[in-house]
Amino acid sequence: MITLNINGKEQQLEASDDMPILWALRDVLHLTGTKFGCGMAQCGACTVHLDGQAIRSCVTPIAAAVGKKITTIEAMQNNEVGQAVQAAWSEIDVVQCGYCQSGQIMAATALLATNKQPTDADIDAAMSGNICRCGTYPRIRAAIHVAATKLS
Amino acid sequence: MNAPLKSQPLNISRRTFIKATALIAGGLVIAFTIPQAKRFLMPGAKPEATGDESKKLPAPNAFLRVGTDNTVTVMLAHSEMGQGIWTTLPMLIAEELDADWSKIKVEHASAAPDYAHTAYGMQITGGSSTTWSEFDRYRQAGALTRAILISAAAQQLDVSVESLKTENGFVISGDQKISYGDLAEAATKIETPKAVTLKDPKDWKVIGKATKRLDGAEKINGTAIFGQDIHFDGLMTAMVVRSPVFGGSVRKFDASAAKQIKGVHKVVQIPTGVAVIADNYWAAKKGRDALKVDWDLGPNAGLDSKALLADFRKKAASPGLNAAKAGDSKVAMAKAEKFVEAEYTLPYLAHSPMEPLNCTVKIDTDTCEIWTGTQMQTTDQQAAAKILGLKPEQIKIHTQFLGGGFGRRANPAADFVSEAVHVAKAAEMPVKTVWSREDDVKGGYYRPMYLHKAKIGLDNNGMPAAWEHVAVGQSIIVGTPFEAFMIKDGIDATSVEGTADSPYLKSVPHYQVSLHTAKTGIPVLWWRSVGHSHTAFVMESLIDELAHTAKKDPLEYRRALLKDHPRHLAALNLAAEKAEWHKPLPKGVFRGIAVHESFGSFVAQVAEVSVEKGEVKVHRMVSAIDCGLAVNPDSLKAQMESSISFGLGAAMQSEITFKDGMVEQSNFHDYQVMRMAAMPKVEVFIVPSTEKMGGVGEPGLPPVAPAVTNAIFAATGKRIRTLPIGNQLV
Ligand code: FES
Ligand code: FES
Repeated sequence: MITLNINGKEQQLEASDDMPILWALRDVLHLTGTKFGCGMAQCGACTVHLDGQAIRSCVTPIAAAVGKKITTIEAMQNNEVGQAVQAAWSEIDVVQCGYCQSGQIMAATALLATNKQPTDADIDAAMSGNICRCGTYPRIRAAIHVAATKLS
Repeated sequence: MNAPLKSQPLNISRRTFIKATALIAGGLVIAFTIPQAKRFLMPGAKPEATGDESKKLPAPNAFLRVGTDNTVTVMLAHSEMGQGIWTTLPMLIAEELDADWSKIKVEHASAAPDYAHTAYGMQITGGSSTTWSEFDRYRQAGALTRAILISAAAQQLDVSVESLKTENGFVISGDQKISYGDLAEAATKIETPKAVTLKDPKDWKVIGKATKRLDGAEKINGTAIFGQDIHFDGLMTAMVVRSPVFGGSVRKFDASAAKQIKGVHKVVQIPTGVAVIADNYWAAKKGRDALKVDWDLGPNAGLDSKALLADFRKKAASPGLNAAKAGDSKVAMAKAEKFVEAEYTLPYLAHSPMEPLNCTVKIDTDTCEIWTGTQMQTTDQQAAAKILGLKPEQIKIHTQFLGGGFGRRANPAADFVSEAVHVAKAAEMPVKTVWSREDDVKGGYYRPMYLHKAKIGLDNNGMPAAWEHVAVGQSIIVGTPFEAFMIKDGIDATSVEGTADSPYLKSVPHYQVSLHTAKTGIPVLWWRSVGHSHTAFVMESLIDELAHTAKKDPLEYRRALLKDHPRHLAALNLAAEKAEWHKPLPKGVFRGIAVHESFGSFVAQVAEVSVEKGEVKVHRMVSAIDCGLAVNPDSLKAQMESSISFGLGAAMQSEITFKDGMVEQSNFHDYQVMRMAAMPKVEVFIVPSTEKMGGVGEPGLPPVAPAVTNAIFAATGKRIRTLPIGNQLV
């Protein structure tokens, strides 16, 4: 039995220590907003926040999250930056298939939490680990700028 | 297929047969089908009910449902995979129904003959065809429902039908109004009209207006459900170990270590390999890693892409089967003074949709339920029925949002669905079979590798006078149910689309296009834009080579050749104008241009590129499209952006290669795709057009690669004739 803090709630779960956070969220707790895309920190679909930092949950075992706070897409509406990002995503109508978008929003929120006015180069650096096969990149870029403007 | 841009009364009894209206869940249901004769039915497809109203309808047999709560639920005959039909099809209904847009709900329809594609005769999402193929059917559904609601209101108010109008979800009579929801029950007693008049386009309020996606919110807050997200009590997760070489088979396997893994329940053999059934993905994966399988690698163990390409080259030395011909290219070639002679090659490509393949199957005594993201419900249903000894209608398919498709989820062989059915059958429990990214990259059904060889003779004006063109590659249609009508005289139409029917050839007096269809053992499939994904690169590069050989401006050269092709010209001219083709660029930046027709739409693109120390940077893509009527212009733009990203990633760095029978790539580190930092600025312009409607999901892709490589030529003088570009310039 392992105890994790997920979206502000302590949760006990029966899972092996080496299970990546991704599968604990998806398969044990049925929080399916966090997506599986590659399983090797290549695509960013599984991005969550660990103590506010964007991490790839597919390669981070639950043992590494004990005593820390995991935040997922399901809690973004309670986060000021997350709200602004989601509103910007809606304004620009970013999504297509949508599968990568939880990860994109988590990555963008982490970026804006530390960098209030990211430049295009900052966005490239922070977001290039998040693949979108639908190619929503131009809209993601635009939406991050919109969110930054709203937040300032 | 043509957009009827004039308002016209539709004689429904002739054009469209209305099967029934029925009361379900306190609402009104409309269903109808296009008469059989108008379709080309897939061979083996079951002819559907014709006019027998007593025949029991599959449930919910409908395109829309008006609820007593005022909701209008639209049932999609097609699958939402990012292309935006979750919004576009409801727009068609809302337009004619005068619905309240905020009350629209959307569902994927079940798999049933009623939802067969109006042109293809089976339930399929592909070929960039959804909007044009449903343009009449969904508008009619809206118009019929509106007429029924008006009749119900007329009875209730005891006024004439003519005195009533509709607006925003209400029937209005003078200063009285009744909501559609309040009429829903009464409407079920109204006889469906035999004819209905569609709106005059000048009265459209919804069609043609940039409209936000209806699936936006749930895809932003993480609640949208994809196949991967299906969960119910008792559902297991399976992973399958498949042969490392296509066509291999299991000799024997040892599951003892796998069964030791906590959470692993069963290990079963299925036709495609061995499946580990476990509580969750992690346990299934660990179990699979612990499996020991002894493979008979079969006949393809020696597969090697380099050897394969050498074989293609050998084949290309002589003409293949004739695909298109005019005049006598041999005689004309002998008279030419200048020539362009070139060989172009393009690799195998994986679709790699963001959501790895998955399929959930629950088998009961005489039914089977399937939850998956599929583009081809009909063949999936047939395949599952065959495996289980059931009838297709006993297979219930719950289509989920697709985390991308790009053609991979439209497999006539129903590979991932069939396999999942085998797994659930062998395991005797409900199972979600999931693929890892490695499984996806190595799992086949690629865009086939192609080699094109062309020799073009120029006349003294520098225009092409003789053109000999040989292509070598695999057919994606051979061995599928489409073979009967898509392969003629040995030529797979999808192998030569964009070459044999090229508008450029129309102005060449002597030409021959021929095809060698190669057999390799590698499973291939349509990949976004199908044959155009290779032919446009070749044709638009060759035209550029010709223009440079003739010392002419590539834009002017195209204009001259396309002078009798107004839709090509319109796209070309708009892109060139918006990109300011004749204006100088900043130092070090160069332009390339390309134009191509596919899926009924005409797209031109101008790429702005710089090359520094061999590294290619694409700064800006200016794109113009003539697709006829643009139903949702913003969704169209999104699809163009998407096609540019998809096509550019592939052109720059994607390739699947084989060595010792095996795929050399495995995940996104070695099967590289477009990422944020490499994405150029994209501008999309729409040619105002009342021409025949085309598609928008794919046509933006074909001109991308040649626009970029033509710009690279302008920048460096080096002609890229092999994709991906990779580090050829370093
Ligand atoms: S699934 Fe974790 S980075 Fe791709
Ligand atoms: S929206 Fe489809 S992968 Fe990003």
